[in-house]
Amino acid sequence: MILKSVVEKGVGKLTGMRTKTNGARGLLLAMVVAAALVAGAWTSGSRAATTCIKGSGKTITIGASLSLSGDFSADGQAFKRGYQLWVNNVNAHGGLLGCKVALDIVSDASSPAQVATNYQKLISSDHVDLVFGPFSSLLTVPSAKIANRFGYAMIEGAGGAPAVFATGLHNIFDVSLIIKNQLITSAKFFAGLPKSLRPKTAAYPTSNDPFTEPQLPVARAIMEKAGIKTVYANVFPAETTDYTPIASAVATTNADVVMLGSVDVPTVSAFIQAFAQQHYNPKAFIATAGPDQGADFLKAVGSNAEGVMVPNGWYYGYANAQSRAMVKAYVKQFGGRPADINADVAEGYAVGQVAQAAVNATHSLDQKKIISYLHSGITLQSVQGAVKFDSLGENVAAKAFTFQWQNSKPVQILPPGDPNSRKPEFPKRAWK
Amino acid sequence: MGSAYAKAVVDGILTGGVYALMAAGLTLIFGVMDIINIAQGIMVILGAYLSYSLSVHFGMDLFATLIITIPALFVVGVAVEWFFMRRLADRDRTAMSILVTYAVAILIEGGITQVYGVSYLQLHASYVDTSVHIFGFYLPYIYLYGFALAIVLLGALYAVLYLTRFGQSLRAALQDRRAAELIGIDVDRVRTITFGIGIAVTAAGGMVFGATNSFNPNSGYDLISRLLTIVILGGLGSIGGALVAALFMLVLEDVVAVAWSPVWSTLVFFAVLVVVLTVRPEGLFGRAATRAQ
Repeated sequence: MILKSVVEKGVGKLTGMRTKTNGARGLLLAMVVAAALVAGAWTSGSRAATTCIKGSGKTITIGASLSLSGDFSADGQAFKRGYQLWVNNVNAHGGLLGCKVALDIVSDASSPAQVATNYQKLISSDHVDLVFGPFSSLLTVPSAKIANRFGYAMIEGAGGAPAVFATGLHNIFDVSLIIKNQLITSAKFFAGLPKSLRPKTAAYPTSNDPFTEPQLPVARAIMEKAGIKTVYANVFPAETTDYTPIASAVATTNADVVMLGSVDVPTVSAFIQAFAQQHYNPKAFIATAGPDQGADFLKAVGSNAEGVMVPNGWYYGYANAQSRAMVKAYVKQFGGRPADINADVAEGYAVGQVAQAAVNATHSLDQKKIISYLHSGITLQSVQGAVKFDSLGENVAAKAFTFQWQNSKPVQILPPGDPNSRKPEFPKRAWK
Repeated sequence: MGSAYAKAVVDGILTGGVYALMAAGLTLIFGVMDIINIAQGIMVILGAYLSYSLSVHFGMDLFATLIITIPALFVVGVAVEWFFMRRLADRDRTAMSILVTYAVAILIEGGITQVYGVSYLQLHASYVDTSVHIFGFYLPYIYLYGFALAIVLLGALYAVLYLTRFGQSLRAALQDRRAAELIGIDVDRVRTITFGIGIAVTAAGGMVFGATNSFNPNSGYDLISRLLTIVILGGLGSIGGALVAALFMLVLEDVVAVAWSPVWSTLVFFAVLVVVLTVRPEGLFGRAATRAQ
């Protein structure tokens, strides 16, 4: 009551008039309370830094919004497993700064509006100590803005599209591959083939998603420079449910190579099915996402997975000791084959590793120190390999690989000359 | 280029049949009960999951699974009507039905997620990826069979509506509930059975959808907006209208995708929809009297 009275008097003085109705009073009170909450939340990052010290028995809480339902639910669940595996590993080795680590995960149903609300809640209401990113570039943009408003570092593994870095925010750190460079390795491979083997034509259908659209022009430029003619280049809406006309149009071009800008399994499986039905067998079929989802992809397309390529920064057989340990832990906890592991799991795990390195190096949970450390040019190691951030938060140390499904398993085929790259299946086998 | 347009028309007709199959139940339920069933999309997906289980665990052919899934979804429909729809007051039934069926959709989605998880699945059979070569076109068997199934089931629905005593009762209830009650028709029973039939036919649509698309528990929400659009264009309550609207929508979208760009497909369709509804607010085959009930 005292606070309410003070507020009313203060506002009355400021505006030169008395508040007249209960509704107006309530509104003013709500505004002041909201402002107080925001102010409280603003300082939560630095406050947390002083409450969690070695041996205190406290818990460090990490907040994340993930797409546990909706369009990105398969990816969201995989990310959750990645975060959880990392937490289990950290806690098994004494925790962070001597404190146990716990996750506070809320679902955003793949909605850009909900994801912003979730991070607002995680920071200002749940007072989490750190935040990890959501799935997809689409959801990372609004999330990073909220985190930035509260001064939090947004360490994420699935927001590598140019649209994310175009925000100019200083708090974003993407531990994965720079999206626009993903297809360069495979484009160079096709362009560098001897003329007798080199594809003559290529098709570039793509979903209008910030993750897919920036990738294809880069690859197309390389291919066209090598004389590979573009015979199809069209964008389709992300909401498309019937891919038949688009896939049929691609099939009628009889392109040697199809580079598909896809974000999920259904898009890729629909194209494969339509191609098989049309008896259209491109020499190479590469999709930007979908074939990286391990068992989920295999379940959907069956034996037609054979020969399908996907660019990425990680697969289950990645030659990295940390990755091998994570794969082992994954199979122990969730079962299945290593080849079934979704690449999103590694992206989530790497987010935790980078956050862990920053917290340990700064001996604190202070967001300013963490952001400053990650921008210092230091090179860190993760299950996906080296991580080094430029001024925008892009991981400039990440290497682009291309993987291909061979005998029901994804194997690394590019870059050529890499000791772990196997011989590409080119041209790929016909669909069954 | 001419063959590309012809192919787009053929593709549109074949896929349109599948969409008509999924939309028929929706328009039937609205026509008789004034219920906008937002759960229709998730019912389609439920049908796909049931077919998946039967084909994977019992080795049944996809079309044979319908012997079990159609009655199973009929029971689900009857249960939903009995537990939820019957309790809606007549006065604001249509508006409330949107909220209630949305809640039903969430419940079913949650149940499916618990049982199957969120991974994408697809129905497989020898005829799913194969096609027949006719007049220079490769026509996928699954779409041909799906289209034939749509014609058979929609024809059966039509026969039930116009050649049976139940159909007479149903149409009487559709035209005037009070008058139907006065001549001894048990309107509540008619409504329950109608809801069951409306859900049951989605089992067939779900099976074909699951064989032509990867799906997970969330896939129903992508479908419902298209299904609603089809029944609005066709005229709420008209099964023939749903078929014509589905064919028109898919053919138009496919032709625009080939002629211009896939990005324009949906926009052009909705532009046409607005024009049609401006001229005929009740849709192509809808009756104003039906909607006024």
